[in-house]
Amino acid sequence: MIYEDEPIPGYPLPMREGHSSPGRFERILRDGHFAVTSELAPPDSADPNAVYERARLFDGYVDAINATDGSGAHCHMGSLAVCALLTRLGYALIMQISCRDKNRIAIQGDILGGAAMGVCNMLCLSGDGVQTGDHPNAKPVFDLDCMSLLQIATTMREQRTFQSGRELEYPPRVFLGAAANPFVEPFDWRPLRLAKKVEAGAQFIQTQYCYDIDRLKTYMQTIRDMGLDEKVFLLIGVGPLASARTAEWMRKNVPGVHIPDSVIERLKGADDQKAEGVNLCIDMIQQIKEIKGVSGVHIMAYRQEHNVPDIVERSGALNNRTPWHPKSFEGDANIQSQMDKYHD
Amino acid sequence: MEILYATLEKTLLLMAPVLERIGYERLEKPVAAVEKTVKGVLFDCQMCGQCALSKTGMSCPMNCPKSIRNGPCGGVRTDGYCEVKPDMRCVWVESWAGSQRMKHGGDINIVQIPVDHRLKGSSSWLREVRRLREEQNENHSTIESA
Repeated sequence: MIYEDEPIPGYPLPMREGHSSPGRFERILRDGHFAVTSELAPPDSADPNAVYERARLFDGYVDAINATDGSGAHCHMGSLAVCALLTRLGYALIMQISCRDKNRIAIQGDILGGAAMGVCNMLCLSGDGVQTGDHPNAKPVFDLDCMSLLQIATTMREQRTFQSGRELEYPPRVFLGAAANPFVEPFDWRPLRLAKKVEAGAQFIQTQYCYDIDRLKTYMQTIRDMGLDEKVFLLIGVGPLASARTAEWMRKNVPGVHIPDSVIERLKGADDQKAEGVNLCIDMIQQIKEIKGVSGVHIMAYRQEHNVPDIVERSGALNNRTPWHPKSFEGDANIQSQMDKYHD
Repeated sequence: MEILYATLEKTLLLMAPVLERIGYERLEKPVAAVEKTVKGVLFDCQMCGQCALSKTGMSCPMNCPKSIRNGPCGGVRTDGYCEVKPDMRCVWVESWAGSQRMKHGGDINIVQIPVDHRLKGSSSWLREVRRLREEQNENHSTIESA
């Protein structure tokens, strides 16, 4: 889908009244569409083509792409650089910012830099501990936490100042997000903590993997009772499991991932476990879509990114909508002539 | 514990005129040493210099391996243990449980601002007394002027 006021790729959309960003993702959510996002695993490479190829896999299937920031405390190409490469092509990016590797001076600089390069969405995270990654000997920074990071980013946008109070000439026009994990202890506090994040400035939420629909329903009930679904857009995390063994490994070794036994049994019972993992993910999306107060899904298909189109297609998540992608303009005479003019 | 702490605060506040006469700067070192010992024993205090204990269920957030002041993170293990240190109870799971037993436990919902790293090692007791005294004085002066 192309908005009528769509600029040539790489340029910001005109900002609508009441919006925080000139981005497509915020529009999709505020327009009430069920949104789909996915995450791009940054390459262990300095070749920009590796980034383009990864993004292209999602063309026409996702509304925004998360650029992870050293996820799992592993070293990869930085999120700011991935965003820089892809925003030039017009993609909608969600730049992940982790507090693990940078202090407030570096992070605020990145927020300005990212916004200047056309990043319209930023996801504020505390970050995984260094012990999970390939450099457990690194110094964990954690100068801020996700909550204070949200507050600082909001201040930069709304009050036009750094945390120090020093003024900005031009504020970062960004739509701010945060993570949530409804699936781990302390369960009764999780909704209250979400309220705290909203208070600190979160406008959208992407959750940890959901494999326990009952737990999610209970959580969402509380969220609705608190009226939080009116204040923040919730995208529920999902992902295909490659096999029962992977699932068992994940729940044991990946912090914060909760996988019920029933899921593992279902995978074990399948002839083709990988295909069943995809089916399970599709089932999950279809059930999530029916829950009131949910605005979309966030598909984390680590090492299975090529399955994202199939998952989106078969789950019907997009309601026959085709999100913008760089080739959306093929045959659009107006944009084509603007682009020709620009490239001349 | 909460009551004990509130009493301590009141006592210090009552002593404030004496403390002021001696001078906060001169008191900084000895008070910080006492604070470190007392809170060290009770809460495994890390002397960040900006104590949040009363707002974190009396569980010190600086013991969180990610120094999260607004926890818990999403990595809490199913048994309520820490993601980074599997043998340690999550500071914030304890914090939430503690806040539920406290009279002013709702303060846990207040967003904590980032740590000022310059204050590490200094006494937050003295800082708090000073702040409360200044508040008192301000109130007095507004009453007088009115």
